[in-house]
Amino acid sequence: MEAHTTKTSSRTRSERKLAWMLCAPAVLAMLLVTAYPIAYAVVLSLQNVDLRFPDENSFAGLSNYITVLTSSLWWTDIFNTVFLMVVTVSIELVLGMAIALVMHRAIFGRGIVRTSVLIPYGIITVVAAFAWQFAFAPETGFVNDLIGAETDWFGGRFTSFVVIILAEVWKTTPFMALLLLAGLVTIDGQLYEAARVDGASAWQRFTRITLPLMKPAILVALLFRTLDAFRVFDSIFIMTRGALDTESVSILGYNQLISRLNLGLGSAVSVLIFICVFLIALLFVRGFGAKLDEGRPGG
Amino acid sequence: MRALVCLAATALAAAGLVACGGGSDESGPRDLTFFVAIQPGGTIEKVSERCSEESNGKYTITPEFLPTDASQQREQLVRRLGAEDSSIDIVGMDVIWTGEFANAGWVEEWKGPLKKQVTENVFPNVIETASFDGKLYAAPFNTNTQLLWYRKDLVKKPPATWDQMIEEAEGLKEAGSIQVQANRYEGYMVLVNALIESAGTEIITGDEEVGLEQAPTEKALQVIGKLANGGAAPPSLSTSDEDTARLGFEAGESAFMTNYTFAYASAQAEAPDIGKEMGFARFPRVDANKPSKPPLGGFNLAVSAFSGNKDVAFEAAACLANDTSQKTAVELDGLPPSRSDLYSDKVVTKAYPGFAQLVKESIEASGPRPTTPAYQDVSLAVQRALHPPDKIDPEDTESIYDELKENVEKAIKREGLL
Repeated sequence: MEAHTTKTSSRTRSERKLAWMLCAPAVLAMLLVTAYPIAYAVVLSLQNVDLRFPDENSFAGLSNYITVLTSSLWWTDIFNTVFLMVVTVSIELVLGMAIALVMHRAIFGRGIVRTSVLIPYGIITVVAAFAWQFAFAPETGFVNDLIGAETDWFGGRFTSFVVIILAEVWKTTPFMALLLLAGLVTIDGQLYEAARVDGASAWQRFTRITLPLMKPAILVALLFRTLDAFRVFDSIFIMTRGALDTESVSILGYNQLISRLNLGLGSAVSVLIFICVFLIALLFVRGFGAKLDEGRPGG
Repeated sequence: MRALVCLAATALAAAGLVACGGGSDESGPRDLTFFVAIQPGGTIEKVSERCSEESNGKYTITPEFLPTDASQQREQLVRRLGAEDSSIDIVGMDVIWTGEFANAGWVEEWKGPLKKQVTENVFPNVIETASFDGKLYAAPFNTNTQLLWYRKDLVKKPPATWDQMIEEAEGLKEAGSIQVQANRYEGYMVLVNALIESAGTEIITGDEEVGLEQAPTEKALQVIGKLANGGAAPPSLSTSDEDTARLGFEAGESAFMTNYTFAYASAQAEAPDIGKEMGFARFPRVDANKPSKPPLGGFNLAVSAFSGNKDVAFEAAACLANDTSQKTAVELDGLPPSRSDLYSDKVVTKAYPGFAQLVKESIEASGPRPTTPAYQDVSLAVQRALHPPDKIDPEDTESIYDELKENVEKAIKREGLL
């Protein structure tokens, strides 16, 4: 009995060793391309580093973080970012679900439907942002003509947000739809048949069968999109450059790092963004129980 | 598999060849790379070609074009220079970057006979924009200034002050607006700086101290507030730039515009009906008793500290910035020369029909933007404090003045988020 246990554990141990060895290249690559830059950003954020003043580098302790966290600008930008994130992801979820259902049910032309829905997602964000900006330009865009208005869309905070939200939703709803479709196809069709026999209405079938069974897929889709939406940059950068209080935290980081070349302060902003993203992920995984490996056999 | 390896090896070899190709072959001409903003008329290509030819096989200049947007030009350059990129030899440097680039040690000082050569007959305040800490860091190439453009069919006599102009515009039945640059970008800083300078004070005094005397600064702020909150503001004032201003003026929507010299040629070509009614005058005054200080722009040519060809790069930059090159720039792209002696030249009088002397006078009187290494911070701080322009209440400018001054004070010390 005892000999048997030893044998198993030595086998387990050697298997574990093999597993580590097989993982090692991936772990090394991750350390190199992810951990190193993050660690470097943390180091920079604790120093006064400004490329324009190469002779004035010094240790700063937490003063960069204090500067960021006590600045009203940071909190305004956090508000803008969270606002954009909540609104765009909510709209994307509803639209994405509708599109996923349509794609799932499409009897003919399934390939074409799925491909055409994906087109906006395939367009480079900067290009899409320019297209939306031109469309809403007050004098030369077609939107004002179409709705008979003379709105200067990028002249106010609210109207700017409207265009930014539209562009973001248009661009990333297909991604949401695709993730949801993946969850939808895993539901056993027999469940619907049984429910139909029992006299469940379409709405009941949706809320009692589709939604509960899709919860894992929905959570994963929401997690991905929320993390993405928190880092919103391109659309705002192209359309307003953050003017009129439409700035997101990513643009704030960009301004410190690229425009001011203040690497210390900019890195502090980046690290704080990283922490926010980490907290969002934690909330989804721990709080809502999102399982990233859902769908894996036995997973 | 073997084919793949071969392919990779070939690719590497090719890359290696390219990397070695830029080298220091003693017999042939040295390759110089010139990073500069693109000019649609083709000035850069033409002067690069001419100077390469004139060097008699000493060097060949290859231009690398940067985007038209000034912030994007700078971002591309500082990323390379910050990483000590040796592939840049000559830098086309906007007048506001001098302090920053020089302090960071990215560009070389000009000395000796070449220094004398490239500053000969150049406007003193243009030399100022190429200098930092009393040393010259670039050869002045083209300069630029803004004029007041107005519609002769609607306005009899150009207004002398901003107050008069706003009043007159508000009284017009049609085209009663004034085109300026007030999006949150460098162009707004240009406007704000010119108004503050014209009011008789400055954002930063010579010794890196905050200027901004209260009374004149508030007077300048009142002008912006009055324009933005009154009937003379075009509908998209808070997102306007040089191009929207030009388009608005050419569309006949505005009787007045402050803009660079390109606006004249553009209107003649794009909107001849408006173009033939286009009058010009000096940038209006803020204080009726003080002459205005118009904006000053332009590019100076610097030699990168990381260039492996500094000796010939100085010679090449001097050629690229010489009087022949400056004439090419005014001929092909309408860019005002930085050498004052060229303003009676045929090329210049042809490019600026009737207003060559006005451009010269405007440059001589201009109030350049500050040349501090922290310029970017100062500009961002000013833009943040004063944008959107309609947040300035012309009746009560004290609180906004305090905000502006506090922002600039912090910016000079490079404190706080911007």
